[in-house]
Amino acid sequence: MESIILQLLNGLDKGSAYALIALGLTLIFGTLGVVNFAHGALFMMGAFIAVTLNMLFGISFEVEDPTRTDFLGNVMMVDTPYVVYWFGEGVGNWLIDWSVPISVVVAIPVMALIGIAMERGLIRFFYKRPHADQILVTFGLAIVLQEIIKAFYGANPIPTPAPEAFVGSFDVGQLLGFDPFAVMYPYWRLVYFFFAALIIGLVFAFLQFTTFGMVVRAGMADRETVGLLGIDIDKRFVTMFAIAAIVAGLAGVMYTPILSPNYHIGMDFLVLSFVVVVVGGMGSLPGAVAAGFLLGILQSFASMSWIIELIPGINQVVIYLVAIVILLTRPRGLMGRKGVMEE
Amino acid sequence: MSFSKVSRRGVMKTGAATGVALAAPTLFTGAVWADGHTGFTNAPGDSSVTLGFNVPQTGAYADEGADELRAYQLAVQHLNGEGDGGMLNTFSERNLDGTGILGRRVEFVTGDTQTNSDAARASARSMIERDGAIMITGGSSSGVAVAVQGLCQDAGVIFMAGLTHANDTTGKDRRANGFRHFFNTEMTGSALAPILEGLYGSDRRAYHLTADYNWGWSQERSIRTYTENLGWETVNSVLTPVGAGDFSSYLTPVANSGADVLILNHYGGDMVNSLTQAVQFGLRDMQANGKDFAVVVPLFSRLMAQGAGSAIANIHGSTNWHWSLPDEGSQAFTRSFGTAYGFPPSQAAHTCYVQTLLYADAVTRAGSFNPCAVVEALEGFEFDGLGNGPTLYRAEDHQCFKDVLVVRGKENPDNEYDLLEIVEVTARDQVTYAVDHPDFVEGQLGSCNPGA
Amino acid sequence: MLGLNAKDARLYIIVLVMLIFAPFFLNPFPETSGLAQFNAGYPDMMQRLVIFGLFAVGFNILFGLTGYLSFGHAAFLGVGSYAGVWMFKLLTMNVLPALIVSTIAAGLFSLLIGYISLRRSGIYFSILTLAFAQMCYSLAYSVLTPITGGETGLQLALDDPRIIGTQQTAEGNIPVPHLFGLPMNSNTTLDLGAWSFTFSVGYYFAAVIFALAFYFTIRLFRSPFGLMLRAVKSNQSRMSYTGLNARPYTLAAFVISGMFAGLAGGLMVSMDPLAGAERMLWTASGEVVLMTILGGVGTLIGPILGAGVITYLEAIVSTINSTILHEWFSGLPDGLENFMVNILYPFVGKGWHLTLGLVFMTVVIFLPGGIVEGGRRIYGLFSRKRRQSDATPPNAAAQPGPGE
Repeated sequence: MESIILQLLNGLDKGSAYALIALGLTLIFGTLGVVNFAHGALFMMGAFIAVTLNMLFGISFEVEDPTRTDFLGNVMMVDTPYVVYWFGEGVGNWLIDWSVPISVVVAIPVMALIGIAMERGLIRFFYKRPHADQILVTFGLAIVLQEIIKAFYGANPIPTPAPEAFVGSFDVGQLLGFDPFAVMYPYWRLVYFFFAALIIGLVFAFLQFTTFGMVVRAGMADRETVGLLGIDIDKRFVTMFAIAAIVAGLAGVMYTPILSPNYHIGMDFLVLSFVVVVVGGMGSLPGAVAAGFLLGILQSFASMSWIIELIPGINQVVIYLVAIVILLTRPRGLMGRKGVMEE
Repeated sequence: MSFSKVSRRGVMKTGAATGVALAAPTLFTGAVWADGHTGFTNAPGDSSVTLGFNVPQTGAYADEGADELRAYQLAVQHLNGEGDGGMLNTFSERNLDGTGILGRRVEFVTGDTQTNSDAARASARSMIERDGAIMITGGSSSGVAVAVQGLCQDAGVIFMAGLTHANDTTGKDRRANGFRHFFNTEMTGSALAPILEGLYGSDRRAYHLTADYNWGWSQERSIRTYTENLGWETVNSVLTPVGAGDFSSYLTPVANSGADVLILNHYGGDMVNSLTQAVQFGLRDMQANGKDFAVVVPLFSRLMAQGAGSAIANIHGSTNWHWSLPDEGSQAFTRSFGTAYGFPPSQAAHTCYVQTLLYADAVTRAGSFNPCAVVEALEGFEFDGLGNGPTLYRAEDHQCFKDVLVVRGKENPDNEYDLLEIVEVTARDQVTYAVDHPDFVEGQLGSCNPGA
Repeated sequence: MLGLNAKDARLYIIVLVMLIFAPFFLNPFPETSGLAQFNAGYPDMMQRLVIFGLFAVGFNILFGLTGYLSFGHAAFLGVGSYAGVWMFKLLTMNVLPALIVSTIAAGLFSLLIGYISLRRSGIYFSILTLAFAQMCYSLAYSVLTPITGGETGLQLALDDPRIIGTQQTAEGNIPVPHLFGLPMNSNTTLDLGAWSFTFSVGYYFAAVIFALAFYFTIRLFRSPFGLMLRAVKSNQSRMSYTGLNARPYTLAAFVISGMFAGLAGGLMVSMDPLAGAERMLWTASGEVVLMTILGGVGTLIGPILGAGVITYLEAIVSTINSTILHEWFSGLPDGLENFMVNILYPFVGKGWHLTLGLVFMTVVIFLPGGIVEGGRRIYGLFSRKRRQSDATPPNAAAQPGPGE
């Protein structure tokens, strides 16, 4: 039982990441009709905002420490971060420690700008072009973005730890009446899950309860009619793109303590999130979220060792297998609409 | 206009009598190598010789590849008499005097393996066919090493493996034209086991997470064999997909499995992620069966340790070489590498540098670039001064036998390079295994192939 | 000629000439010049150009004619490769049985996958093929290692049975793939002054196969069957209103293009007898999509050009390192030399992916129809000028380029 609870938590955690990425992807697709292969790159850029902030806070000046020597036998240079020098030990170290949560605040405007730049600079020229062209150009963009990141940060994963306060595990089991220490789960992963739930809730509320959201939803349902009503849906596109970029970026920022980011973290998520979107049904926001959590949970359960022993290799293919079964039984995914992307 | 059957670069470089190559005898007997500068693939001309450095420049191991390339450039400089000479001054053989190889200036070409067997073979082929490389070296994974080794065997050039740790490279898939300086999982097992016994005792229950590919299986088999000999019990071993990223669903069952040791048979990004996440899940600080829970990473690397950050503290593993070794050779190499690039070399850089020197030396001793001559010179070759103590290139399987390091992640590293400390230098005798060891017995070297 | 109309015959002859004289014009730079780096006339490169050309041409039969975008075609290439290597291991090193079995194996496999995937269309079809291919890759890399060789790839061993022909050479090595005794890896070199040209048996063998397959493709494009496939692309529902069932046609196209991929895989292992699992990865499937789109979807010549450009970029740009850059600009003053090297360095060697990404973007943004479209525009530009000077009324629609 404990192991089932744990795998459920793992699944919800994985699912949060899938759902957040898929949400942005399907938002862009549903409103703009663009298949964005660079969406994984947005996730990656978000992660690297956290890395950058962590590095910026860590920028140091060097002081010679005559008592120690470095690997070449020269006098050792000891680093003191500028933030510690400027703000004193307490605040300085707090900034360094809390760099990931602080990055969330930084990432919102930065990702919005990146999203706007991407939409205005490139994507808007592709609204009327075939999906194949959109895929190709955004794929090219994704490669360029990740190569730029690689040129600056190298290819190895970069550790970006969560604040000290979130290190360690929470005894989830005791809440549910298990023995102490039976179901321990790291604080940060729980934080990630609730953070994802919050973001998903905000996006839905925004679409549900604002006029802007109403127009966008109408545009997703029937673009032509909205256009005939004299509403310039195109103007809302850039906002939607920025929102999608922010969602992807925040998913990336918060994921860094879980997975040390490297330059192709976005590509690794891209294929999976496409599968998620399609399983959920192209253009369906609830579908994307539901499929994200569903696939995350299934993937976790398929990794249990007795299941792997039963069906060798199932942990590697479960997502694809589920995708095939769902697409064959439900032609447009879980919640897809007719006629979307079927040509 | 002339037609000939050897590769065109070789033809150009041998200069005048291009057509003669066709008629030259291709079968050599005894030690007549010195006369033979034709009759093998890519025979170099009189002025220069081209080596092919095939390293991962893109993909997950790009940083290791970059470090390998730095080491190769350093080796080339030293062979050509530039720089401070590095390990040329500490190498027990004094044949290399900074005048290139056999009086020919060393030039090199580079390729990108992408850590992908197909891409690695394509880039090796292009170096052999287009650039006339006489020797191929490098790589940061066993799959690539085995694939390129097979290619070099067929093409008739020497392959000096870079970082490759699976047993198969000099076991099941060994080839006469291929040589490995790096250690292997069997050696890791025999070096690590006594240390683990000293640290954790002989009554332990181990849980393995293993990367689901050749190297992972090889590593798990070796560690299992040795720890089970100690009296450890293997509770479970779970295969994880390569590049899984999030290992949570493999790590959560560990805590309640009754195990008290977690062995992570992972490398590269997998190792960084699984180790960091294992620490996040509190495994390192846990108590199980009344003992402190322990995490072991059999193959440690400084570049990976950097990615795992503070998670490496007090984690034990093995490594081929570390820059803090006090011997003269290691010091000389670390000094010239550090001076040139500003940070200490990795184990991948070390093995690549040494392989280049060993090749150059073998050619010099054989008096010929003919692959068969080089093979003869390297087989059973004893040397010292290259950082791992007295070393033997065993004739039967082309594997180097030397000391193996057991290291531990530092708790409070002084700087970003000083992450590992050496716990034990396991003597060569202890890690030497029999030629007919069951994990290696399947392979056959075949015979050396000089190509053309 | 051969049942082709004049335009197609002209195109076919151009392609034949390109194939025959490839060793010459892929090596335009003298050996000794710094530009020799850009020469592509070595056997491995020429073979890859032809093989990926074949792969892309086959892919275009499905994507270009029917509009079904398969994201899993690399799986068929992989299946073909594995089948080919198994023939080398079990039967003989002769390449013909290997090629035949590769093609058939990939054909059967694509029949299975196509039968299931073609129940859906649009992106749902793409994701189904992607899912199948990713499953093939994951399993080949891990669980199926006894059949596929796993991470290392499936390779030959000395003790393979090879029941027909030699098991080992006299020297105790693994024999090389051959065509009735003619080894695939043997070359002949022709030296002409500073130039030297390599004629590889493997390349010409692959070129002959390619020529046959390309002839088949032209005939297919012009056949009633080809017309039917285009009908699927332009309006499938209208087609079904006329009482025609599109499924058998698309399935046939899917299987044919799968067989092309299998044949390409078989050729690949005939040139280099190792089959790695990575060639089934989704990026490999993506690459053939990119090749086709880059060259020009639905055109005859487009996929060949696209395959050529990408294969060339990958092989040549990735091998340029800083030493070579310094050599190129060694004539310049020091400061300028370093400046040029620093500017170019991020785009070559380990940065070649960046170049690739930029090329994709540039082509897609400015040349929506791919390279063929570019050629057409240039052609249109010149022919318009000429016509204007001849005082004939300008023809707004450009002349159709070769292939369409």
